[in-house]
Amino acid sequence: MSWGLSFVIHLIAALVIGLAVPALSALVFPFAVRRLSGFMSDRLGPNRVGPAGFFQPIADFLKLLLKEDVAPLKADRRLFRLAPAIAFITPVLAVSVIPFSKGFTIANLNVGLVFIVAFSSFTVLGILLAGWASHNKYSLLGGLRSVAQMVSYEIPMILNIIIIAMLVGSLSLNDVVGAQGKIWFIAVQPLAFLVFIVAGMAELNRTPFDLPEAESELVAGYLTEYSGMRFGFFYGLVEWGNASIWALTGATLFLGGWRGPFAGNPGWLILKVLVLAFAVIWFFATFPRLQVDQLMNFAWKVLIPLSLVNLGVTGLLIILLPNSFLPPVAAFSWASVITIILLMGPVLRKALLRKRLKLNPGTELGTSQS
Amino acid sequence: MTPDFAQSYVYVVALAIVGVGFVFATLGISRLLQLRHPYAEKLSPYECGVEPLIGDSWSPFSVRYYIYALLFVIFDVEAVFVYPWALIFRSLGKTGFAEMMIFIAVLLFGLLYAWAKGALEWQ
Repeated sequence: MSWGLSFVIHLIAALVIGLAVPALSALVFPFAVRRLSGFMSDRLGPNRVGPAGFFQPIADFLKLLLKEDVAPLKADRRLFRLAPAIAFITPVLAVSVIPFSKGFTIANLNVGLVFIVAFSSFTVLGILLAGWASHNKYSLLGGLRSVAQMVSYEIPMILNIIIIAMLVGSLSLNDVVGAQGKIWFIAVQPLAFLVFIVAGMAELNRTPFDLPEAESELVAGYLTEYSGMRFGFFYGLVEWGNASIWALTGATLFLGGWRGPFAGNPGWLILKVLVLAFAVIWFFATFPRLQVDQLMNFAWKVLIPLSLVNLGVTGLLIILLPNSFLPPVAAFSWASVITIILLMGPVLRKALLRKRLKLNPGTELGTSQS
Repeated sequence: MTPDFAQSYVYVVALAIVGVGFVFATLGISRLLQLRHPYAEKLSPYECGVEPLIGDSWSPFSVRYYIYALLFVIFDVEAVFVYPWALIFRSLGKTGFAEMMIFIAVLLFGLLYAWAKGALEWQ
């Protein structure tokens, strides 16, 4: 086959995969959220359109396509229309560096990890534009809140990606998967995985960090003025596309990517992505929402120092034991995770008591009723 | 610079163009299919069904988040320095490691200073 022909075939495959990942996420995940959270809270969820409601996403898509998309008269209409397109760059482009199986990556970049982090900023930009351009108080406040949150949690995210890069010695995601032949990095760095999950929930504006969509405070945050297909892009393709990117990145960094028993193939990667996505939905059905101050404090006072310490200790162990650093790193990481879990209960209880005493100074310890 | 390397970036650029094009194409199709009945009330900003009362939303107001933005810039720039270091720190040995740890310690001290000064308190 000539070089030109194979290039064109590759290009078409790349475009199809790049668009299919966010599009499929937008079809599958909102439906899965509604059905699964319905199941978890003992409701039915959408079950009318097609067998067990399976055509509901298509019905929703058609409805959004046929709806009038209103742009407020006072809005900055050019930016208002541009915002979904800019936010959409993230899920489309970040797919291109994910290895789907051995030697099957759209763009095998040697800076894959930096690429994902860099292009994840486009969503932040799109949300900021959407919030600003809407010319609406809720949109502006919601947009700024989203951006502050995403920007704050981006740092622990980056630091934990760097920890993995240090373990591998490369920023290429193919090398990351290649280094996980014997053991997945979730077993080596459970602490980094934990921070990755928490920071990911905040980056994606998912529960318990879904403040930008706190409807009782901000209506729908930056989405308030969006309707029709523009809303569909933001809510479906961008948010759930990014959830897919997050799950793909997490599966590649910590769960061995496409590796699995029998032959490694994309099926394993998809299975791992679905497991992570299920975790997102499970959190959604389980956790209440945090307050803004708690949210920001948690990123800056807990996650960032924790990640920096983790980075330093991991680096130290790699430097001291260049040939056999995996067991000590794993020992440190597991020990810290277990310590954190054991300390969490007492620390939280103490903080809660202090808060109660502050609210009603007269009450004795242990007798306050809530 | 292998051809494969350049080719990878061709895919990336093509994906970016097609991605943005996809958004506008879909919105264009939606535009053709939808019924449009704009009127003044519909085009006014949404404020829970009442007319926008007080002030303009583009008026300047105090954003509590700007301190976080400043801190973010500092740590983001730090990350830019740490990425290349993380790739080659094994060959840099103990000296290179110690230097980066000093850099991170200075940043961490800065964070503690901001914390002590109350920059991370929400009012």
